[in-house]
Amino acid sequence: MKSIGLLCLLLLGLGGCSSGTWGWYVIDPTTKSGWVNIKFLISGMGDTILISIIAAAISIVLGLIVALPGQSSKRGWRIVNRVYVEFIRSIPLLPMLFWVFYGLPIIFKSMGLNIPIDPFWGAIITLAVSDSAFTAEIYRSGIQSIAKGQKEAAQTIGLNYAQTMRYVILPQAIRRILPPLANQFIYIVKMSAFASVIGMQELTRRANELVVTEYRPLEIYSLLIVEYLILVLVISAGVRWLERRMGSDERL
Amino acid sequence: MSKTAIELVDVNKWFGSFHVLKNINLTVDTGEKVVICGPSGSGKSTVVRCINRLEEHQKGTIRLDGRELTNDPKSIASIQGEIGMVFQQFNLFPHLSVLENLILGPMKARGQSRADAVEKARHYLARVRIPDQADKMPGQLSGGQQQRVAIARSLCMEPKVMLFDEPTSALDPEMISEVLDVMVELALDGMTMVVVTHEMGFARKVADKIVFMDEGEIVEHAAPDMFFSQPKSERCRTFLGQILQH
Ligand SMILES: Nc1ncnc2c1ncn2[C@@H]1O[C@H](COP(=O)(O)OP(=O)(O)O)[C@@H](O)[C@H]1O
Ligand SMILES: [Mg+2]
Repeated sequence: MKSIGLLCLLLLGLGGCSSGTWGWYVIDPTTKSGWVNIKFLISGMGDTILISIIAAAISIVLGLIVALPGQSSKRGWRIVNRVYVEFIRSIPLLPMLFWVFYGLPIIFKSMGLNIPIDPFWGAIITLAVSDSAFTAEIYRSGIQSIAKGQKEAAQTIGLNYAQTMRYVILPQAIRRILPPLANQFIYIVKMSAFASVIGMQELTRRANELVVTEYRPLEIYSLLIVEYLILVLVISAGVRWLERRMGSDERL
Repeated sequence: MSKTAIELVDVNKWFGSFHVLKNINLTVDTGEKVVICGPSGSGKSTVVRCINRLEEHQKGTIRLDGRELTNDPKSIASIQGEIGMVFQQFNLFPHLSVLENLILGPMKARGQSRADAVEKARHYLARVRIPDQADKMPGQLSGGQQQRVAIARSLCMEPKVMLFDEPTSALDPEMISEVLDVMVELALDGMTMVVVTHEMGFARKVADKIVFMDEGEIVEHAAPDMFFSQPKSERCRTFLGQILQH
C-alpha cells in the first residue's frame, strides 16, 4: 500500500512538470532524446535481474551447506555454523563488495592464481555470500519447525542423517522455507544497486551516468525508483502466489 | 533354551543433573512380551528410548542379541533398523502417502527394490487390517488407523524386537481396541515386545512379565497374575488402585 502512495506522489510530480522545477523532457518518451535516455536507463534491468538471480541461486545452495552443520549434535559443527552466520551477517555489503572486488584478486595473485574478478562476478559473489547468512537462518528455522518426532521416526526405520534430511525433514520444511526465501530475493534485488560502485552497468549505474551528463537528478532518480518498485512489486506478487500455493498444499 | 534379546545391566542416565534412570536391570528373552507401567515422569519412555538409542545412557550396559550398544554411528543405524518403534504420537511422515511411509525404510535403508518393498508393505497393511488405505495421506486417516500404519511401517523393516511407547494414549477411546487387537495378534505370532502402556487388560492377556517403574527405578518386576494379585510395594498398590478404578 505504501508503494502505491509513493506512485501517486510521483504522478503528482508528473502533473507539475510544467512548473519549471521539474524537467521531465529528459525522460519524455515523445521526444527522441528522451526516448533514447529511457532506453538507456531501462536496459540496465537485464543485468540487475541476472545478477540477482545468479546470486540468489548461489545463496540458496550456500545457505543450505551452512545451515546443515548448525543442526549437528556435535558442538564443533554448530560452532562453525554460528561463526559463519554471525561473521557474514555483521559485514556491511559495501565494504564486503570492495574487499571482494579490490582485495580478493590480490589474494588470488599471491597464491599464484590468475583469477580476475570483473564487476559482474564481484557483485554476484558479494551478494551471494552476504545473503547466505540469512538464507542459512531461514533453513534453520524451517528445519527446526519440523517436530523432533519426525527425525526420530526416520531413525527408527534405519535412515541415516542424509536420508533423514533428504526424504523426511527437507520436503516438509520446504513449505516454511520457500516463502521467506522468496522474500529474501527482494532484498538481493535492492542490494544489487551497490554493484554500481564497482562499475557494473545495472539500473543504478546507468541512472548515475545519465545524471552526470544531463544534470537532471530529480527526474532520473525518480524513474530509477519506479524501476525498482516495479521489479519488487512483480516479485512480491510472485511470493504471494507461492505462499498461497504452499498453504493450500498443506497435506497434514 | 530361550535366547536373550535385550539385556540392560545397571543402566543409569542423567538429563543434566537430573538422575532419570537409576540402576535399571532388565532382561527380555526372544519372543517374550514385557509391559512397563508406572506414573507419568517415572522414566518409562526413557528406558525404551535408550534401548533403540534415541537416548544415550551414561552408565551400565545395554546389549541387543549379545552385542553391546556403542557410540559407533554405523552400529546405531543398524540397531535402529532392527528394532521397531511405535510412538504415542504415531509420527507418520505427513508429506508421504501411507504406502510411501511403508516403503521408505526398506528401499532407502535396506536397498530393496520398489516392487519388493511395495509387496511387503501391502502384506503388512493387510495384517494391520487396512489393506485399502495405501494411497491415502496419513492426515486423511483416523488416529487408530494412523497408529496401525505406524505399526505396519515398523513391521516392514522386519524387526527382531518391537518397542511401543504408550501407543494408545493419544487415541480416542473407541479406537484403542483396534490398535490393541493388532498388537495382541503380533504378540501371538511370537514377536518380542516391550510395551509401555496403562492398558492392564492388554497386559493381563499377553504380558510374560510386568515391570513397574517409579522415580527412575524398577520398583516391581513380576508375572501378571502375581503383579495384580499381590503387588509387593506400597507405591505399586497405590498406582494399581488408581488405574484400575475406572
Ligand atoms: N530430553 C529431556 N531433557 C530433560 N528432561 C527430560 C527429557 N526427557 C524426559 N525428561 C524428564 O525425565 C523424566 C522421565 O521422563 P519419561 O521417560 O518421558 O517419563 P515417562 O515416559 O515415564 O512419563 C521426566 O521427569 C521428564 O521430565
Ligand atoms: Mg512417556
